Amino acid sequence: MADKTRRVVSVLVENESSVLSRVSGLFAGRGYNIETLTVAPLPNTNRSRITIVTKGSQRVLEQITKQLHKLVPVYKVVEHEEMVEKEMVLVKFPIEENLADIQALCGAYNGGIVNVGTDIIIGMVADEPFRIKHFIEATQRYSPIEVVRGGVVAIER
Amino acid sequence: MKMNGARMVCEALIAEGVKTVFGYPGGAIMNVYDEIYKQDGFEHILNRHEQASVHAADGYARVTGDVGVAMVTSGPGFTNAVTGLATAYMDSIPMVVISGQVPLSLIGTDGFQEIDAIGISRPCTKHNFLVRELSELPRIIKEAFHIAKTGRPGPVLVDIPKDITAEIGEFVYPDLVDIPSYKPTIKGNKRQIEKAVDAILKSKKPLLYVGGGVVLSNASDLVRKLADMGGIPAVETLMARGVMGAGNPLLQGMLGMHGNYSSNMAMSETDLVIALGSRFDDRVTGKLSEFAKYADIIHVDIDAANIGKLVDVDYPIVGDVYGVLERLIAGLEGRVNRDKYSDWREVLERYDNLHPQSFTDSENVIKPQWAIERIGELLGEEAIITSDVGQHQMWAAQHYPFDRPRQWINSGGLGTMGFGFPAALGAKKGAPEKTVINITGDGSILMNVQELVTASEYKIPVINVILNNNFLGMVRQWQTFFYEARYAETDLSYQPNFKLLAEACGGIGYDVATKAEFDEALKDAIAKDRVAFINVAVNRFENVLPMVPAGGALYNMILDDQQKEK
Repeated sequence: MADKTRRVVSVLVENESSVLSRVSGLFAGRGYNIETLTVAPLPNTNRSRITIVTKGSQRVLEQITKQLHKLVPVYKVVEHEEMVEKEMVLVKFPIEENLADIQALCGAYNGGIVNVGTDIIIGMVADEPFRIKHFIEATQRYSPIEVVRGGVVAIER
Repeated sequence: MKMNGARMVCEALIAEGVKTVFGYPGGAIMNVYDEIYKQDGFEHILNRHEQASVHAADGYARVTGDVGVAMVTSGPGFTNAVTGLATAYMDSIPMVVISGQVPLSLIGTDGFQEIDAIGISRPCTKHNFLVRELSELPRIIKEAFHIAKTGRPGPVLVDIPKDITAEIGEFVYPDLVDIPSYKPTIKGNKRQIEKAVDAILKSKKPLLYVGGGVVLSNASDLVRKLADMGGIPAVETLMARGVMGAGNPLLQGMLGMHGNYSSNMAMSETDLVIALGSRFDDRVTGKLSEFAKYADIIHVDIDAANIGKLVDVDYPIVGDVYGVLERLIAGLEGRVNRDKYSDWREVLERYDNLHPQSFTDSENVIKPQWAIERIGELLGEEAIITSDVGQHQMWAAQHYPFDRPRQWINSGGLGTMGFGFPAALGAKKGAPEKTVINITGDGSILMNVQELVTASEYKIPVINVILNNNFLGMVRQWQTFFYEARYAETDLSYQPNFKLLAEACGGIGYDVATKAEFDEALKDAIAKDRVAFINVAVNRFENVLPMVPAGGALYNMILDDQQKEK
C-alpha cells in the first residue's frame, strides 16, 4: 500500500438540499476515507463550505479533488497546505470533579468552562486537532461523562 | 404563456428539438402523458419495459449524437430505468430521463410508488434534479440538456412531483444556461500541447490509443488525419471501433482483453502512448505495472479525473479531443513524414502476420465469427451494428469491418445484457435509412425480449441475429479456462422457440443451421422490412480469442493457434 497522507479539503458548494449527499456519497461510492466533515452556510451568499479531513495515497487525494470538481454544484475545491486549522470539543464532567482544575485544563487548550449545572460541568476547547486529542487524553483523570468533537474547520493563511 | 407543468415539460422538449421520446406511463407521470397526447411536436414510443425505454434513448443518442430522451413514472418505473442510466453513465452518453415523483406533500412518507430517485440515481447520473417549484421547471430542463451534452457527456435525471405537473404557471423557456459552478474545460493547455508535439517528434515508436471520447467528440477525421500525416499506428478500444476505418493500414485492431496480437504487442512495446478520449479501463490495460511499460504517456481527455486515475501521465491535456487534435496536427504539420516511423510499422506488421486476427472456419457448423464477417460482407458500412454483452459482442468487435464512428453501438463500460435490442430500436429511429442489426446471444436477447412487441407496433424493422450456442457463452468460456469446466448455471439448452416467439409478437423468425440458410434468412429479413429474429445455431464451445486472462499482462495472450494445438 502506498503511504497515506492526511489532507484537509474545503469544498465550496451551491447551498442546495442534496449537495451534502452528493459529496459524502462520492466519498462512500469511490471508497475514499472521511475522518471529519463539517458544513455550514457562508454569510450573505447561497453557498456553503464543507470542510473534510481525509487520508489517502497521492493518487487518491488527487482523485478526490478532481472528482469533487466534477460535481455540478461544486464551485471550488481547496486543498489546504498553509492553513489555520481548528476543531472544537465539548466535554461533560460530573460536578464532583474539581472545577478549578478543569477550568485550568480547558484554559491551557484555548477554552474554558461554558456551563455549570447542579450535576455537571461542561468544558469547551477549540484548538488544533492534535491538541484536541491531547486535551481529551488529559481529561480522562476527571471522569468525563461525554465527549463531543466538532470536526475540523480550516482557513488558508 | 400560462400552462400546467406537464405542458411545460412537452414545450421544453420541443424547444430542445426532441423528435422522439421513449417511455412508459404510470400514476405519477400521467399529467405529462395527458399533454403528450395533445401535442404533435414529438413522437412517443411506448416500449414494453422502462429499462428498454432508456436503452432506446441511449441507442438513439449514440447514433445521432443528440441528447436521447426517456420518460418513466415514479417508484418501479424509475427503478427499472436505473440500469439504463448506469449504462449511459459508464459510456458517457448524453441523455435526459424524466421521471414522475409522488406529490411534494407525500415525499418522505413512503407513499405509493415512492422511491428516492435522486438518492438512487446520484452515482449513475452526471447530475440529477428534483423539481421543488413549478417556476424552476423550465430552467431545470434547460440545464439538464446543457449538462447532458457538454463537457464529458452523460445522463441527467429530472424527477418531477405530480403536483408540480398539475400546477399552472407562466412558461418562459430560457435561451441561455448559466451554471456558475459548472464550467467544463474544453480548450487544452497550449504549453502542454506544445510539449506533446515535441514528445511525438522525439518518439521512435508512437502509438495512438483511440477511445470512445473520439466518437463523442466527433473527432474521427482528425484522428485519421493525425495518424496519416505521421504514419502513426493506432489501436482502438471497444468503444472506438470504426474511428480509423476497417481498411486503414495504420489500424492494428482492438486492444485489451480480447484485443488482437499486434495491438496488444504494440501497446507493450511503444515508447509513446497518445491516448485520445480513452480511460485506461482494466479490460484494456490488463496488469497495470506491465502496461505500456516502455512508454511515456500523452493523455487527452475532457474529464480531468480520468487523467492520472490509473496510470501516471507524462503529458496531461485536459480538453475536448477535437480542439486538442486540431492544434496537435497544426503543431506537427510539416515536421513529420511517413518515413519516420516505418521501422516501427514493420515490426507491427510482422506481429500481425505472425498471429493475425483469425478463426478456424468449419464446413459443418456455423462459426459465430463467420456469421459476423458474413454480415460485414453483405452490409459493410451500410449497417449499424448493436450488440448485447458477451462472446457475440467481442466477436462482433473483432470481426465486423467497422468503417465509421457511430456504426457500432454497445454497452462497453457497464456491460449490460439486454442493451442491444432496445438500443437497436433507438438506433433505427435515429437513422431510419440504415439497416440495423443487433448481434446478440441466446442469453442476452431474453433480457429485453418484450421489445419485439414495440418493434412490431411501431414498425421498427431491426434484425436480431442470435448467435445461439445454448450457453451463457462468455461465462462458460471463463469456466472452461479458469474453473476446470464446471459449467455452473451457464447451460441454456432449455430455450424458447425463437422463431415462434418472434412470430407470436408480430415479427418474423428464422432458424438457421447452415451458411446457405444464414444468407437466405438475412437477405429475406432485410427485404421483409420487419422486426426479425434470426436464430443461428453456432458452434457450442467456440472461445473468444485472443484472450488476456484478467489481471495478466497484455503481451501474455491465449491465442487462437495455441488453442488449435490442444
